[in-house]
Amino acid sequence: MRPVYMISGGITKFKKAHPDKDFRLMVKEAFDNAMADVPHLKADMIDGSVGSYFSDHFTRQLKAASMVQDYLGLCPRPSKRVEGGGATGGLCFQAAWEAIASGRMKVCLAFGFETMSRVSTWKGNEFIAHASDTNFDYPVGGFYTGYYAMMVRRHMHEFGTTVEQMAMVSIKNHKNAFYNPYAQSPMELTIKDVRQSPMVATPLTMLDICQMSDGAAVAILASEEVAKKVCPRPVKVTGVGCGTDSMRMADRPRGNVILLPHEKEEDYKGLRYPGVHSFRGGRMAAKLAYEMAGIKNPIEELDFIELHDAYTSSEIQTCEDLGLCRYGEGGRFVEEGNPFMPGIDYGLKLRKQGKIPVNPSGGLLAFGHPVGATGLMQAVMAFWQLQGTIEKHLGNDRLQIKDAKRGLIHSHAGTGTYITVSILESI
Amino acid sequence: MPKEFKLPETEEGTILFNIDPIIIKDHYEIDYIHSYAQDSPFFAGLSKGKLLGSRCTACNYKYATPRSHCMQCGQKTEWFELPLEGSVHTYTTCYFGSEAFLKETPFTLILVEFPGVDTFLLSRLVGARPEEVRIGMPVKARFLRLSKFRATDVYFVLPEEAPAR
Ligand SMILES: [Zn+2]
Repeated sequence: MRPVYMISGGITKFKKAHPDKDFRLMVKEAFDNAMADVPHLKADMIDGSVGSYFSDHFTRQLKAASMVQDYLGLCPRPSKRVEGGGATGGLCFQAAWEAIASGRMKVCLAFGFETMSRVSTWKGNEFIAHASDTNFDYPVGGFYTGYYAMMVRRHMHEFGTTVEQMAMVSIKNHKNAFYNPYAQSPMELTIKDVRQSPMVATPLTMLDICQMSDGAAVAILASEEVAKKVCPRPVKVTGVGCGTDSMRMADRPRGNVILLPHEKEEDYKGLRYPGVHSFRGGRMAAKLAYEMAGIKNPIEELDFIELHDAYTSSEIQTCEDLGLCRYGEGGRFVEEGNPFMPGIDYGLKLRKQGKIPVNPSGGLLAFGHPVGATGLMQAVMAFWQLQGTIEKHLGNDRLQIKDAKRGLIHSHAGTGTYITVSILESI
Repeated sequence: MPKEFKLPETEEGTILFNIDPIIIKDHYEIDYIHSYAQDSPFFAGLSKGKLLGSRCTACNYKYATPRSHCMQCGQKTEWFELPLEGSVHTYTTCYFGSEAFLKETPFTLILVEFPGVDTFLLSRLVGARPEEVRIGMPVKARFLRLSKFRATDVYFVLPEEAPAR
């Protein structure tokens, strides 16, 4: 496999609705932003693309990625669409990685978008719920927040996780978004605000859940030869991993924890895994990515994480899957302050603030979640972090992690059915 | 043949939300011809007041939500009758939902755990106040008299003899 580099990225602002721009123009805007950062990369040097959008229901336009391909002027070069629920963006990033790693392409554009404003929020929830088994799950009351609520209820039961710990994730990510002009929902919140917002599915309130968004993002990946030629500070993709689990949450088997190098079997005596409290696919994705990148102890060897926090609860669950703490310790990990940004006042007492910032961008909760763009947005934010160009791109440096060397991005679908983890490193 | 062709005008009109940019209402609906295929016996079972699960003929793994091939080993499964009583593995009460279910809110979803069965069944718990639902609580299956051949033909209630704490 050849080494793969990210050489540029671009994002549109994530918003409730972008009625003035269709998906083609949104991607074009993100693409132009990315191209402007690498003036030595000419459009004709792009060998092909991978397109990412989740839902044909939202677009009601099949082959929408073909319309982006022609709009960007990339025809007749190779392209394809990748779709994998919430992980669509992460899968797209890895498909572009594959194109470069295999030598098939020297430069590959990964582009993604979603236009969720085209239906009401509750109709949108109905579309998304069709990403659960339509014979056995959807008809019973198909609602993703309901599924995640059941998963975290079990996490609370097994491990003592609290709703206040979950609220702290909401506080963190909404506050981080305050310094991110691309973000949809910057807010300053208290635990009380989160708990008193309308109950959606017990125990998850409106502020425990991400919103519907319109937006686009692109990442440009390249071979070493091209990266060194056109990009003053390329970022290397040193690990990719992907994991899966059964579509139906009810089918999750119970066995032993998949161990990471820094864990021992006796850490998890008597834990029936993954049950519905943990994401086995996330653990698998992390294990594969860590093996490729040579990571032995993630919390010591990573500088920041951008992960798929569609729910406050899933951020806690994912911190465990990624091995930032042991299974069961995710709630306390947050409560201690580990995943908060250093130097930002959250109005909370945090003993270990800034140990490993999680979702400095604001994450899905506050940056927004236009599904097909989300995983690529994470790649762009990680790229800017590792380049040290957060100030240039966001207009302020509050979210810049000092001397960031290595970051992780994590994209997640369904109730954990497809999950990707990719590792990016500054060189 | 007349020289001038003209389409007949109609009076349906268009629902217009906005003029700059132009935003209109665009309607879409569809009926599918849907087969439950190899899972059909489960839905037939519901109409007879039975819950049918799947048991692997090779490794004996037991599924509360049916599948005709085993997820563990790939071999064929056979049907077996699940008990009509189980317990709550986890739960939530939904105050919002997908548009199709909004009118039914609030409703309580549970994963039902059956003794000796390796996987769960997603269903609704009816007749319990949200604050009285607990993990481990016993629940009992009940069936619609007029089957709709949907997963909702079965739902769960609290057994009378074991009232909720
Ligand atoms: Zn088997």
